[in-house]
Amino acid sequence: MVEPLVWQIGTLRARHEETPRVTTFTLSLPAWRPHRAGQHYDVRLTAEDGYQAQRSYSIASPPSRSGEIDLGIERIDDGEVSAYFHQVLVEGDLVEVRGPIGGYFVWEPADGGPLLLIGGGSGVVPLMAMLRERATANGGIPTTLLNSSRTIDEVIYRQELDVLASSADGPHVVQTLTREQPSGWTGYGRRIDEPMLAEVLAGSHADPLVYICGPTLLVEAAATALTNLGVAPARIRTERFGPTT
Amino acid sequence: MAERFISRGFLGRRRSGDGDTASRTPPGQYITEGFPVLSAGPTPVIGLDTWSFTIDGLVRAPVTWSWDEFQKLPASEWTVDISCVTKWTKLDTRWTGVSVDVLLEHVELDPRARFVIAHSFGGYTTNLPLADVLNGQAFVAHGYGGAPVEPAHGGPARLVVPHLYFWKSAKWVRGLHLVADDQPGFWESLGYHNRGDPWREERYSGD
Amino acid sequence: MMVGSMDDPLMLDANAVAGDLYDLFGVELTAVLHQCASCGNRAAVGTLRAWTRGPGTVLRCSVCSDVVLRWSRTSSGMVLDLRGAALIEVPRA
Repeated sequence: MVEPLVWQIGTLRARHEETPRVTTFTLSLPAWRPHRAGQHYDVRLTAEDGYQAQRSYSIASPPSRSGEIDLGIERIDDGEVSAYFHQVLVEGDLVEVRGPIGGYFVWEPADGGPLLLIGGGSGVVPLMAMLRERATANGGIPTTLLNSSRTIDEVIYRQELDVLASSADGPHVVQTLTREQPSGWTGYGRRIDEPMLAEVLAGSHADPLVYICGPTLLVEAAATALTNLGVAPARIRTERFGPTT
Repeated sequence: MAERFISRGFLGRRRSGDGDTASRTPPGQYITEGFPVLSAGPTPVIGLDTWSFTIDGLVRAPVTWSWDEFQKLPASEWTVDISCVTKWTKLDTRWTGVSVDVLLEHVELDPRARFVIAHSFGGYTTNLPLADVLNGQAFVAHGYGGAPVEPAHGGPARLVVPHLYFWKSAKWVRGLHLVADDQPGFWESLGYHNRGDPWREERYSGD
Repeated sequence: MMVGSMDDPLMLDANAVAGDLYDLFGVELTAVLHQCASCGNRAAVGTLRAWTRGPGTVLRCSVCSDVVLRWSRTSSGMVLDLRGAALIEVPRA
């Protein structure tokens, strides 16, 4: 019997700036229950006069960490909920949330692989939950992450990705920086396109399960390119974040 | 009844302004400087060579204009405030368009015609009392802010009825059906008000 | 039928409205199978494309782009139009 989804009041325990625009918010939840990598929580803010705003944020933490969740939240220009998190919320504050939600864009080790994870900007948050969960499983499921960011400073979880990639059966991490690359950069330097994906596919295990997450235009471009390259649509799952305004 | 949880320090986007702008902001609305894009579906791609606008239904003879023919109709400049049911209001929006009065001069209305169904490329519909689109209250706009209306905002042409909530201002409009009995359109059939006057906060049916 | 560009930045996946679907149906619906009443496509509800910015939410078929589900939140509750879905197959819990 599936447990009902209820709104609960979480407490902000910590905030950690990942990049100038993205901060991880750790919430402890009185009615926490294990989630699956890829799922999200709905957050609801209520003003004194009853005005409400609601958004969904992906869970970054793996389900093995019980009692609390990490939400990765990007500061959106003119975004009323992300602005509240970034500018107003302090440790000890209460936040109303509901989750975990999502039965489609999820992955657990039992689903197997190989995996191809494609992320853009804060789209890498749910993919990070998958990578963190993958690290707790045995056997090292063959995995490639293709991560798109504007500049090196905007690569979320950069150090953790370097550590994961350098471990014995770690994921293969491919980065692309679309706006500006540091000198000596060996990754890609442009938006995700079909030739890039062809190379990434050639360099990874055949017939992967694909998860793509990020701004709608990036997701659409990547999904279309992959089907052109022969990946079956049934093997591709997408989570579009919508426009960044 | 359980007390509702209040988020400390959350005010949201609302701003009703002061003085003049406050008096121009309908109840429950906030002023926006931007122009939010809202939609029920993908932006239709409409070539000007395939575009047409038709008035039909309870008229003696329907009339259709091609884009070139429509451009030849007398157009005016309109500066109006607009209010969306999602609570934003934008002041002093500038449009170029053809008054619905001018369009209706080209048909002979059946006396039974009391309502209008505006319908659009892409399938959107909205219903309005005929009285609400007469006497300078409504126009079909092809220009916004001195440039052609962008597809995301309803271009090549959209209906604009500024005194009603903006869901009545059908984007990508392709015609008006004149009918005797009101027929709820896309949002009206989902619980939204058949008329939608922002000054009376007619958001939902039953308001 | 006029199909717009699928490059629409407003378009999300149904996953984004999974919470609303839970409010309406009382179950997590995105992994559940539906059949589009317009073109017959059978797929997970999660594959539907969502337009959420507006007076309500519209879920469209990823194949034919016709409306499968749409709903609004009014002052008294939610109003749901299911006519675009020929079937929804909810598995035993």
